[in-house]
Amino acid sequence: MSSTELRSKAAQIRMDLLRMIHGAKTGHTGGSLSNTDILTALYYKIMTIDPARPKWQERDRFIASKGHSVESLWCILADRGFFPKEELATFSQFGTRLIGHPNNKVPGIEMNTGALGHGLAISVGMALAAKKDARASRVFCLMGDGEQAEGSVWEAAMAGAHYKLDNLVGIIDRNRLQISGSTEEVMGLEPLEEKWAAFGWHVVSIDGNDIDALVEAFEAAPAIAGKPTLVMANTVKGKGVSFAENVPHWHHHVPSDEELAKALAELEAVISSYTQEGQVQ
Amino acid sequence: MANKIPNRQVICETLVTLAQEDKDIMVLASDSRGSAAMAPFANAYPEQFVEVGIAEQNIVGISAGLAHSGKKPFVTSPACFLSMRSIEQIKVDVAYSGTNVKLVGISGGVSYGALGMSHHSVQDIAVARAIPGLAIILPADRHETKRMTEALVQHEGGVYVRIGRNPVEDSYESDDYEFVIGKAVTMREGTDITIIATGETVRIALDAQAELAEAGVSARVLNMHTIKPLDEEAIVCAAQETGGIITVEEHSIHGGLGAAVAEVVVQQHPVPMRILGIPDEPAIAGKTSEVFEHYGISSSNIKAIALGMLGK
Ligand SMILES: Cc1ncc(C[n+]2csc(CCOP(=O)(O)OP(=O)(O)O)c2C)c(N)n1
Repeated sequence: MSSTELRSKAAQIRMDLLRMIHGAKTGHTGGSLSNTDILTALYYKIMTIDPARPKWQERDRFIASKGHSVESLWCILADRGFFPKEELATFSQFGTRLIGHPNNKVPGIEMNTGALGHGLAISVGMALAAKKDARASRVFCLMGDGEQAEGSVWEAAMAGAHYKLDNLVGIIDRNRLQISGSTEEVMGLEPLEEKWAAFGWHVVSIDGNDIDALVEAFEAAPAIAGKPTLVMANTVKGKGVSFAENVPHWHHHVPSDEELAKALAELEAVISSYTQEGQVQ
Repeated sequence: MANKIPNRQVICETLVTLAQEDKDIMVLASDSRGSAAMAPFANAYPEQFVEVGIAEQNIVGISAGLAHSGKKPFVTSPACFLSMRSIEQIKVDVAYSGTNVKLVGISGGVSYGALGMSHHSVQDIAVARAIPGLAIILPADRHETKRMTEALVQHEGGVYVRIGRNPVEDSYESDDYEFVIGKAVTMREGTDITIIATGETVRIALDAQAELAEAGVSARVLNMHTIKPLDEEAIVCAAQETGGIITVEEHSIHGGLGAAVAEVVVQQHPVPMRILGIPDEPAIAGKTSEVFEHYGISSSNIKAIALGMLGK
């Protein structure tokens, strides 16, 4: 996909997830909007995957350590054909498998996550297995910035560097918000890039809502042989919906009918701006 | 639903009142002051509030250190993470070291509905029960939550409290009754069979009692708000006087209230027993009421079980 196609796709995914959350009357809106560009770059450009063979051994792996932002992932997996799109309407409803966190009963999901601070250790194990089996698979692990307060993140960071896992890419959705407000007020993280570098990771800091920058950063990894890469994706929580951007309570706020209409119109405008430019066929 | 006040709000309001006098009361949160309804406390007493971020092991360790220095910490965090992620800190830093830490697990049981097994807390009682020296309390409604919170401030020692997320229908008419840690409350007298419930399922047991009364069955209802130390005397009396016991809980059928009661019954006065709870599987996604209905945690099912046990 071209850069503009990826941008249009991200806007479409944002529309899908907003409709899904609105329909279910529940969901983690802010963090899903924030990581949509990261997931779009991975699932439509970067990762080697085959929706027809979700367990194909040579595939790349994605672990959503910030499992609460599963909405963008559900919409992308459906769009990529891992399961029928109609199933999105069952999100969070009684008896569904599309629950509010990644659930590996659903094709395309590797592991069940939702308790923060588990994903990176799992990813270290997967990257280690790929090394031992001499497979080319890469492992991408998406973490929250608030999640960085869990000690288990740092235990895994240490192991990733110790085992020289250059097939491992950690991504931090650095939107600077968690539930109770700003990360720096709740539990200060800075200087976060220096901490990861001190733990032996190659750190790349980018605009995490810029698809081109994301693609470039992921394609470049590993930039240094023998070192895992940490992509500090500086994002905006609620990205793409003007009135949700940087507003803490959108963490799990559900859009009203009016808010949904307004958000969809904004995203529609983004898509049609690309189409008008004739950049999308 | 008449009652609109969730138990977490009652804990906050009671602590706000008590902390006016008692400057040693402290509340700790792990990016959970909103979910725990503790924002009013944080705003009223910023000096008595500690935010630790998303770090449940750390919150228990820090609270043990505070307690060691004479503070009365109340840790408020989602029950699933507070009870199990930090269980070693609870075992060693709280229970084994005898520190005065109150662990308040919020949104327990299946109150996180469709968020799935990572967020359900239906193994917490089993795990907590295995730790010597840790008391376990599940208040039934807002009245009991208020009396319990007052008792916790007075009580010296480690306690794990579990409450749900949403408001529950009242089981008590008022808070004008004696709440004693470790002492079950006989909510209804009865002679044919005993229903023992804990926490928010007490309401369901009371409804079952009423339905059974209509069918001519006299059921006793015990509110076992304290699962540890367990009121063995009340259980043995129930076994002797009513001849059969049904337990009801928002917890796995393994290791919770039912198991605790069964251990007493089997060893002291064996009678027929049924254990009602969440079966040994990741609970189905859905609202609490839908999940309860699915697993038969309902007054009509308790009634059916009781009639079956009585051969009616
Ligand atoms: C171990 C654990 N503790 C607490 C939670 C509850 N929780 C869900 S999301 C969240 C905030 C996450 O903030 P952040 O990592 O910054 O993610 P984002 O802002 O991108 O949504 C919390 C505390 C959890 N899921 N897991």
